[in-house]
Amino acid sequence: MVTFLIIVAIALASLAVWQLLRVFEGTAKLKGGDSFVPTDAENKYQGRMMLLFMFGYFAFFAWLYVRYAPHLLPESASEHGLVLDQLLNFNFLIITVVFVITHVFLFYFAFKYTYSSDRKATFFTHSNKLEMLWTTVPAVFLAVIIVYGLSAWMDITAEAPEGSLKIELYPKQFDWTARYSGTDSVLGASNYNMISGTNPLGVITNASLMAMQQELSDEIGALKEELETVPKGGLKEEEITETIGKRERQLARVSSFEGLEKASLVAGDDDILVKTEFYIPVGQSIDFIFRSRDVIHSAYMPHFRAQMNCVPGMTTSLNFVTRKTTEEMREMTGNPEFDYLLLCNKICGAAHYNMKMIIKVVEPEVYDQWIAEQETFAESIQPADEEGMAEATKVTGNEISMIEQ
Amino acid sequence: MATATAHNTDHHHEETFISKYIFSMDHKMISKQFLITGMIMAVIGMIMSSLFRLQLGWQGESFWILNFFLGDKWAPDGILDPNMYLALVTIHGTIMVFFLLTGGLSGTFANLLIPLQIGARDMASGFINMLSYWFFLASSIVMIVSLFVETGPASGGWTVYPPLSALPQAMPGSGMGMTLWLVSMSLFVVSSLLGGLNYVVTVINLRTKGMSMTRLPLSIWALFVTAVIGVLSFPVLFSAALLLIFDRMFGTSFYLSDIHIAGELLEQTGGSPILYEHLFWFLGHPEVYIVLLPALGITSEVIATNARKPIFGYRAMIGSILAIAFLSFIVWGHHMFITGMNPFLGSVFTFTTLLIAIPSAVKAFNYITTLWKGNVRFTPAMLFSIGMVSTFISGGVTGIILADSALDINLHDTYFVVAHFHIVMGLSAVLAMFAGVYHWFPKMYGKMMNRKMGYAHFWVTFICAYGVFFPQHFMGLAGVPRRYYTNSEFPLFDEFIGMNEMVSIFAIVGALAQFIFMFNFFYSMFRGPKASQNPWGSNTLEWTTPVEHIHGNWPGALPTVHRWAYDYSKPGKEHDFVPQIVPLEEGELDGGAGH
Ligand code: HEM
Ligand SMILES: [Cu+2]
Ligand SMILES: [Cu+2]
Repeated sequence: MVTFLIIVAIALASLAVWQLLRVFEGTAKLKGGDSFVPTDAENKYQGRMMLLFMFGYFAFFAWLYVRYAPHLLPESASEHGLVLDQLLNFNFLIITVVFVITHVFLFYFAFKYTYSSDRKATFFTHSNKLEMLWTTVPAVFLAVIIVYGLSAWMDITAEAPEGSLKIELYPKQFDWTARYSGTDSVLGASNYNMISGTNPLGVITNASLMAMQQELSDEIGALKEELETVPKGGLKEEEITETIGKRERQLARVSSFEGLEKASLVAGDDDILVKTEFYIPVGQSIDFIFRSRDVIHSAYMPHFRAQMNCVPGMTTSLNFVTRKTTEEMREMTGNPEFDYLLLCNKICGAAHYNMKMIIKVVEPEVYDQWIAEQETFAESIQPADEEGMAEATKVTGNEISMIEQ
Repeated sequence: MATATAHNTDHHHEETFISKYIFSMDHKMISKQFLITGMIMAVIGMIMSSLFRLQLGWQGESFWILNFFLGDKWAPDGILDPNMYLALVTIHGTIMVFFLLTGGLSGTFANLLIPLQIGARDMASGFINMLSYWFFLASSIVMIVSLFVETGPASGGWTVYPPLSALPQAMPGSGMGMTLWLVSMSLFVVSSLLGGLNYVVTVINLRTKGMSMTRLPLSIWALFVTAVIGVLSFPVLFSAALLLIFDRMFGTSFYLSDIHIAGELLEQTGGSPILYEHLFWFLGHPEVYIVLLPALGITSEVIATNARKPIFGYRAMIGSILAIAFLSFIVWGHHMFITGMNPFLGSVFTFTTLLIAIPSAVKAFNYITTLWKGNVRFTPAMLFSIGMVSTFISGGVTGIILADSALDINLHDTYFVVAHFHIVMGLSAVLAMFAGVYHWFPKMYGKMMNRKMGYAHFWVTFICAYGVFFPQHFMGLAGVPRRYYTNSEFPLFDEFIGMNEMVSIFAIVGALAQFIFMFNFFYSMFRGPKASQNPWGSNTLEWTTPVEHIHGNWPGALPTVHRWAYDYSKPGKEHDFVPQIVPLEEGELDGGAGH
């Protein structure tokens, strides 16, 4: 019914316009003039509209600025962000001036030189002087922008200083995990082959390695048993055989981690994994590293003027120095609910819009206390029982020899 | 000049409806086919943007119209599904960039203008030209079909970065929909290459007597260079797509490594999604200029004609087209500043990108100087062209911010980018395309479009366009990410609820205004007043052909060119224009060549 009404409405509207057109046609014929080019009256009207539009456009800009400038990001919460904001303001100043001047000329000329049949345009084909002028002036401004911009860029992208707090941010569809290095200040090794229900980041420690081997060999065992029960030559058999192959290859890769250095196999034990919210101390350099479990995500921390893509298969990093606690920011913005956020800023699937973590910047003492209360990775995984471990090692031995052949 | 002799006007082809309208090899008909197909795609893309603007303006609210278009599956109770939101955004972007502003824009105007403005009977190869259209149509059809598959169309963004786009388990749109997207784009690349090669060859070989490269109208320069860029960069997109197809179907790992998704471990290792990004943007950035250069070319013609004044700095304009084209190949990395690329490499890309601002600035200043002391006639085409110069500047200046790698850190993938590229590329090219249609409609259909409706169309479109995109700069500066189905999870962005509503209203009104254009277009096609041969008083060759289309364009011999295309208001001449076919008087200098 509604559809029908709409169709009727559209038909009526078209009819109305059609009628309107006939009127135009009629009048054009009556005047007998050449109706192809605009009349003097039309030109004059459009010329004025140009000028009017210019004022309207500037007014819109001004209104948006007055209305929304106070609601842009607050003062930077990181040291380098202050430099960036200055750079941003400098660039904005230049482009706003260019924008206004060019628009004034554009619309004013359109208005001023509106057609009149008793005037002829000036035949002015080129001027080397003018063209030199507007090649070199932009070039000079750009040179300044480039030098200023790149010096900031080089500072920001420099390696983190010794003694920075190292944190890994690890995304997956659709949440984040933060990992701290614990008392040893070294993040334990990790690998995607090690990912399991209890080990979301695939951290490799002696315990997690054994647990994983156990889990895989259990699964392989179960699959092999299942294989006996299904009819030979069927699709099901093929599927199970394929899965067994996959798990065996994974087990081989996992077992190869036993060859890692002893030190790195214990570094992960004291790592700390947190979700939904993480703390960082104020006034300190934070060195973030990023990986990704599944697709590309992007760690976006707008209040710190920081962003970096998280790409599966590689590690990326960024670092900054914090300068304002959450509390201070709450006071400054007058918003008692203010929180720093980590957002995902690379399309990653249906719930991309809802992938966030709260960042609490706190005094170092508060941070120390908070971190001390967190569960370590070693505590969070269930130690595997003795028997399972023995079996797992046995299977592993076979696997490795298989691969070597 | 093989074609010139082959087509003699008094030898008549037996023409059936099919050979004239469907399997036509005549460049003028193919141009119209591109235009109409492009318009249909544009309407689809526009409806999509209106639908997702409903969601963005009134987040999570129910609209029967969403349910009407998308059904119970994708808009149950009139509330848009998040996957469908992403699908709409993706297909909208794909259609607008490729189907409207690459196929539609270049296809229409390169086909129409190249033979007519250089004085050729037709394209170098009419058959290849026809194939180019048919591949374009096939590609459009596949893209439309992809909207109807069970799991929905591609939804990983128009850039379709893997692994998201490579793995069906990552999102429903990465299933069948994505396969069809890749098939469609592959067909599209074929169409572009066939068309582009033809345009290049035609411009190089089939210029009429006297039409030296320095007498070519800027529209032809722009279309020519565009075709060259396309021929050099589209194959790279093709290989990117091909490798993605391999990763999806044959278990290769060009782009995949170390992935654990949906509870499953993938065995592909050693690939890199960043490789895809490099390949994609190696086309993707030149693509921006494939969209923009024809727009600038059209604008140059329309502005000179209607300011009744030579385009200012003709040679500088050619120089800047060439400079932009060259630079466009070495800036792609500015889309990847925060992928973890080596900071030094990042600074090289910042440098090259900012260099592009120089030739772009030259173009903008030259347009403005062309208006200075002109005699400006406001045809609808002229209004759209002036609007285009405005959007080119407004969107161009924010490019300076985004090109600065340090500043891009915080603005990348926010609404600031959406505002920037819509204004500088989307609006500029769309406005110029309208300008082209209004300006050359008499040439295409032998009829005039209604001017009053043109005025109404321009003002509503222009105002709404800025109303939609200008405010988005502020959202970007506040850190609002793009490709978000809703911001309701972030009280931080509550301040922008009102702005989103305003933007959506502008978007929907602006979309509705396009029906004025459509009506004007189709009405004038059938019922418009008959055009005269040279309604705008232009100098270029297309206005020396008869109003009724004939094969071979000119009855009798091809015209000979004696001067550049911009002798408007030349002192000592009776009229305020001197067509290119008028011989130079004794002692008269040619404006294009002489100093
Ligand atoms: C009818 C007017 C238009 C409206 C209201 C509109 C609106 C939008 C919006 C809101 C987005 C989504 C931004 C995001 O979440 O990332 C978008 C994306 C996009 N639009 Fe438009 N747009 C319009 C016309 C155009 C035109 C003419 C172009 C041609 C260049 C274009 C190209 C794109 C592209 C490339 C994207 C990115 C798609 C993606 O994120 O994958 N749009 N548009
Ligand atoms: Cu995401
Ligand atoms: Cu680019």
